Amino acid sequence: MTDDRSATGMISMAERNGTEAGVPRWQQEIRRAAETGIYKIRGGGAGRRSLFDDLLFLGASISRYPLEGYRESCGTAVTLGTRFASRPIELEIPITIAGMSFGALSGPAKEALGRGASAAGTSTTTGDGGMTPEERIHSSQLVYQLLPSRYGMNPDDLRKADAVEIVVGQGAKPGGGGMLLGQKISDRVAEMRTLPTGIDQRSACRHPDWTGPDDMEIKIMELREITGWEKPIFVKVGATRPYYDVALAVKAGADVVVIDGMEGGTAATQEVFIEHVGIPTLACIRPAVQALEDLGVHREIQLVVSGGVRNGADVAKILALGADAVSIGTAALIALGDNHPKWDSEYRNLGSSAGRYEDWHEGRDPAGITTQDPDLAARLDPIEGGRRVRNLLKVMTLEAQTIARACGHNQLHNLEPEDLCATSVEAAAMARVPLAGTDWIPGQDRS
Amino acid sequence: METIDLAAMGLRHLNRTLQSLDPGTNRRHWDVVNPRGSHAVAVGLSAPVEVTVRGSTGYYCAGMNQLATIRITGSVGPGVAENMMSGKVVVEGDASQSAGATGHGGLLVIKGNAASRCGISMKGIDIVVHGNVGHMSAFMAQAGTLVIAGDAGDALGDSIYEAQIFVRGSVRSLGADCIVKPVRPEHRALLAERLEQAGLDARPEDFRRYGSARKLYNFDVDNAGAY
Repeated sequence: MTDDRSATGMISMAERNGTEAGVPRWQQEIRRAAETGIYKIRGGGAGRRSLFDDLLFLGASISRYPLEGYRESCGTAVTLGTRFASRPIELEIPITIAGMSFGALSGPAKEALGRGASAAGTSTTTGDGGMTPEERIHSSQLVYQLLPSRYGMNPDDLRKADAVEIVVGQGAKPGGGGMLLGQKISDRVAEMRTLPTGIDQRSACRHPDWTGPDDMEIKIMELREITGWEKPIFVKVGATRPYYDVALAVKAGADVVVIDGMEGGTAATQEVFIEHVGIPTLACIRPAVQALEDLGVHREIQLVVSGGVRNGADVAKILALGADAVSIGTAALIALGDNHPKWDSEYRNLGSSAGRYEDWHEGRDPAGITTQDPDLAARLDPIEGGRRVRNLLKVMTLEAQTIARACGHNQLHNLEPEDLCATSVEAAAMARVPLAGTDWIPGQDRS
Repeated sequence: METIDLAAMGLRHLNRTLQSLDPGTNRRHWDVVNPRGSHAVAVGLSAPVEVTVRGSTGYYCAGMNQLATIRITGSVGPGVAENMMSGKVVVEGDASQSAGATGHGGLLVIKGNAASRCGISMKGIDIVVHGNVGHMSAFMAQAGTLVIAGDAGDALGDSIYEAQIFVRGSVRSLGADCIVKPVRPEHRALLAERLEQAGLDARPEDFRRYGSARKLYNFDVDNAGAY
């Protein structure tokens, strides 16, 4: 089993970690289940090797003409919501902050994300639990999520938002609802969600007032009527059947489609869900773009891709495959200081270590990010955190620009699949680009 | 009284007009004619005006209402008064599924029957149904009161939190963690107030009360069969 999956590059985090104290991880997990009687819950996304590492750019040489790295401009701006909204979102960079709730994250962490995104000229996104005043004040462009739970949803905040994102699902748990365990339900979180303090809070997996795409079309129309047809309406789906889901989102009237691969993080979900439901981010991009192209709306309806985006190379690869923007979540938390080595001794006290800590659901994050403990949350300076998030966003953009110039492009969105090749058959098949050194694209008819 | 002909003026004109009313407006009475089953009629209102929709509507009539009183003389489609914050919505006929879904406040009165999922994820709204409700009503209901003068379908109050349910007729079955609860004087007083607000002539002592057993609030493997 391990050998077969190694060949495809799909190796789980547990397998990569090998054994601990000579005991295979799968045996440890059986013992843990037998002792506790509950499945393993954790935060983060699928711990698989990134398939983006199997893609390489074909820099310019004789057959292509590069741009000067630090002298010639390379545009990064993107507009989201050009289809129906009268006030689309204008972003300076094509990297946004994904939805993460107040509740899952501390107040200072939400504020820092807003500060960082605003300083970098991009947007941030609320999450399950509603909009806090802090994140509205500190986010120049804020996307307000409409989730199945509707925690904190109200028309005043809807109108304060710069865009509305209907969350159908997310990559870490497509088809599943959310969960915020009782230890993170502080008085303020409980009040925002209209629930008793300290109980395990469940977010439904289905929206309460619509079921299929025909209903969703009417829901979108209602939201547009309430917001005066000003706000772009995003539809976010977890990556499973990207071609059909994107096509149905388009049919339902979305301005922007967000597709989140299985590497996308979560605050708390069953590990069996995180690791075994959904498809990798790389695998969903080309089918999603294909759906937009088949409907004649590629670039008219923007595609945002998220899930496991770590650096500017990942950004450039996703844009080259046809997306208009990317979203980052976990990377932004790492930038804030999550899993920082300076907290290693405290992570070890929690049975983990710096770089491996993913028990975000427990609310004991030493870095003060995935917690509602006021003492821990106070450890995060939102101004310094905002500076770090801004820096990450800027560096990722510079990295993507560097690659684009090397490929001869004066705009990030001019990157294209022809700029890429793959070092594995699997990545070549998913990205629909040739295996390096060949003209062979697996799955495509060569006759 | 001002009249808007929805068929002639269109939905955007209707909603823009009603949404633009200032809370202190003296244009307080509105008639909407020819709704013809339109969706999203009178949504997002935020002024204490009175709107009468003469006929039947489609999905999400009176959605996210604040302060306004909206009366529909016919029947309504799914999600009437969804996510209502305050105000009052009265349906003279029947309501389709998900009536009052996720409502945070205000009063929803349905004089006919309500279909499935009435009061789903309600967060403080009060709902009074003169007739029957369908299956999975008050599913994951968090706060507020659901009063059913008729019968309730299967799985009433499944995974209910702190909302209260009063039923005068029969209950086909209760959902997970929903139980019959004693009716104390404060509950009877609360019910009497809701009945009066809804214009329903019924005796509080004829109702039984249902609510959460609170056994599923924190995960326990011994309750796994209930999930």
